[in-house]
Order: sequence, then C-alpha cells, then structure tokens
Amino acid sequence: MSGKMNEPTRLPIELNVNGQKRALTIAPWTTLLDLLREHLDLTGTKKGCDQGQCGACTVLIDGRRVISCLTLAVTKDGASVTTIEGLAQDGKLHPLQQAFIDHDAFQCGYCTPGQICSAAGLIAEGKAKTADEIRELMSGNICRCGAYPNIVAAIQQAMGQQS
Amino acid sequence: MIGFEYARASNVADAVSQMAASPAAKFIAGGTNLVDLMKVHVERPTKLIDISKLPLDKVEETGGGLRIGALVRNTDLAYHPLVETRYPMLSSAIMAGASQQLRNMASVGGNLLQRTRCAYFYDLTTACNKREPGAGCAAIDGHNRMNAILGTSDACIAVHPSDMCVALAVLEASVHVTGPRGERVIALTDFHRLPGDTPQRDTNLEADELITAVEVPPQGFSTNYTYLKIRDRLSYAFALVSVAVGLELNGSKIKEARFALGGVAHKPWRNAAAEASLSGQSASEAAFAEAADIVLRDAKGFGHNTFKIDLARRAIVRALSQAARGTPQSQSSKKIA
Repeated sequence: MSGKMNEPTRLPIELNVNGQKRALTIAPWTTLLDLLREHLDLTGTKKGCDQGQCGACTVLIDGRRVISCLTLAVTKDGASVTTIEGLAQDGKLHPLQQAFIDHDAFQCGYCTPGQICSAAGLIAEGKAKTADEIRELMSGNICRCGAYPNIVAAIQQAMGQQS
Repeated sequence: MIGFEYARASNVADAVSQMAASPAAKFIAGGTNLVDLMKVHVERPTKLIDISKLPLDKVEETGGGLRIGALVRNTDLAYHPLVETRYPMLSSAIMAGASQQLRNMASVGGNLLQRTRCAYFYDLTTACNKREPGAGCAAIDGHNRMNAILGTSDACIAVHPSDMCVALAVLEASVHVTGPRGERVIALTDFHRLPGDTPQRDTNLEADELITAVEVPPQGFSTNYTYLKIRDRLSYAFALVSVAVGLELNGSKIKEARFALGGVAHKPWRNAAAEASLSGQSASEAAFAEAADIVLRDAKGFGHNTFKIDLARRAIVRALSQAARGTPQSQSSKKIA
C-alpha cells in the first residue's frame, strides 16, 4: 500500500491452531497460508504455486482438507486449523508421518506436509478404499519428484492401521 | 492483492443491501476462484461481503426434487445420499472437477459463477475482451487448445470451466436468486450466456443479485446416465470435452434423451434437435453418431483446438453408449468403458 492511502482496516480474528488459541489482528487480504507462515512462524505448511494448483499448502480446517493459499484468514474466524506441526501427538509421529518414512514417500520433501495433511483428510472422509480411489482423491497434491507410488503405499499402510 | 474492505453479512437481506451500497464489491463464499483472480489483479473488488456463514447450506426435498442451498459445499453435495441415489450424474460431474481440497471449499453458487480459465483472461499483458471490453481477443489467433468450438463470437472464444453445471443443464435445474428488486428464478440453461459482443458478462445474474439456491426437478436419470470427461491428465484438469447424458429407455428404444457438453462453449452446451433426433430410436452407435453430427454441424475450430470437433463427436457417441448400457464412467478408475 502506498503511504498516501489510508491505513488498511485490520480485523481481529481468533483461531484454534493445532490445539492452541490464537488471537490475531490481520489485514483482510491475509491468506491462511501467510498467516500460518508469517504471523505464527508455522513454516511446515509450504507455499508452492500460491494459486490453488499444487496442494503444498493443504491444511485441515475443522477436520476437512483445504487449500490455505486460497483461504482468506478473516473468513475462518473461530475455526480450528490443523497443520503438519499439529499431527504428531505426545512426541510420537502420526501414523501417516511414520508411513511416509517407511515407504520413502518423498524425495525433496517440499510437497510432503501438504500430502500428509491431505491424506489425513482423505482418511477422515472414509471414501477411498482402493488404490485407484486414493490416487483420484489425492490428485490435488502434486509431487514433482514423482513419489506417487510410494505415497499411495504409505497412505494404504496408515489407512490399514486406523481401520 | 489490491487492498479491499471486508464485512460479514448477517443475513441474506443484509448481504443484498451491503452490495447495493457498494457496487464495486463482491460476495465471497468459498473464494477458490475469486481469491485466485484477485491475486493476479483480474478481479479488483473494493470490498468483500462474506456470505460464507449464511444459513444457505441445506439440501432439502421439494416434492420429488431437491433444493440445494447456494452455500452447500461441492463435496457435501456430491456425497449427499439423495444426490448419490437419485442424481448420480450430478455426483459424478462434481467429483470430476477440481481436487478434493477445492471441492471442500467451493460452494454450489460459486461453482455456477466460475470465470473462464482462458489463459489470456488471466494474463494482464494480453488482450482480452472479457477482462477489458474492446481490447480484442488474443486467444483467437493464439494458443487456443482449451478454447471453444461452439457458440463463439469474434469477441471471445472462452469456455465455461464447470463440470457441475454440465450435469445441472441436463437435469434442467433452476437457479434461485434474490436482489434489490426481489426474488426470481432463472433456468440453468438460461443462466450462462454466449459471449456475443458482451463477453464481459458470463451470466444473466445481475451484479447486485445473490444466488440463494439451485433446484433440481424430480427426473434424475439414475439408471441410464454418465459423465464422461476427457482431459490432458487423468485427474485435476479442466475438460477438453465433457459430456453429461441422461436417458429414459423403454427396452432398447430411447424414450427421452438429454445430453450436454462441457469444455466446448461459453456455457454448458445442449442441442434440442440432436436430442429430439434420438427419441423413439433404438439405442445404437449409428443413431448416436447422427446426434453428434447435429451438435457439431456448426462447430468451428481455431487451430490449436480444432481437434476438439472430432474429440467431441467421439465423446458424445461414447457417452451415449455408456448411458444406454447402464455403465456410467467411473471417476476413480479411469478406464473408459
């Protein structure tokens, strides 16, 4: 914003992020992705395309997987957000995190937080049973290293443990 | 993003009156398309009116049909038991679009109001009559692989990107809207416009009106239907050509045929003559090919997208065959039956 313009309106919002209440005052154009990374230092959620095309910024809002780069944070006042930092419990990796290690389901790792949050959403939805269905319902997460077969295997392992 | 004001609407009437007071404002629900367009400065609202928390998120039965609130999330609609059983073509079309994350965010009303993904519409350094009336159309002589072959004009060859709307066109849904002049109902097939010489207008919704619901009539074609989508990759891509079909059969004879195409025009494309040519006919590839020829008689390619004419012809025949056999396209197994 240029100095000549009025100070932008900043709005108070409250979010529950990984089990912690967070009260913030933000500009209305702040995306949830930028809020997590720049305001809360939760840099596990990655900025890939910033256009809703790659899935690297996937987080869970009220248990459902969404794209945080196309979510304006002000529209989610009062919501619960889970990021990759919130999946491990009591120092123990989430079954999906362990499965991604077991199956070598990444190479560079940049898409991995989004893949894992997306897979957590997928398992909660309970719609995918077969490998075809996993592939289809994970298609919003691009992996340019091409770890897809291992990602599917990792998700199948975690799914088996939770069912 | 360019700065803007933000306010929540406390109810539908408040949303409408806030819009009347700020004509350069936009409503925001899921935001999946609007926020994207704001980031590249194609959309520059002075204010966002947040309607996402309004109570328009129910799916209700209405004398055999369904009234779908404008804020029902795409996934919630696709997985709704009444939609899965009575309108499986609608479920299938929704699941063929976008990704699960986007479907979890996107509203039904917002899906109707999606803007074209024509690359020139998004690129501020190129000419686009839809973005800037009178500027010209860089797509006509440009990279137009994804562009329209039917209903185009000298001003615009953009396509409407929705999958859901293609199914809604077959189901003959209606769109309930409200605004300062009261409520009205627009047939889905009249909702989107052809570009003509006003490509800046995608729909017949007025700028100060708000979609409140989409209603689908009882006839759901739950036995003989399909949604076949052909695209450059197996999932998470816009259609080159898609076909939604609903058939009513009497033995092997076609009582009623409806089909619509996506990815080929500025709106979901139906052709009454092609549909009428099928009624009373035996379900056969020859009859389907004739119907396809009627649809594509006036099709026009622009170079990169000329292949779509043949692709559409074959997709129509394949989709009608799938529907007639009762073997609808699966959206997870990508094998085309």
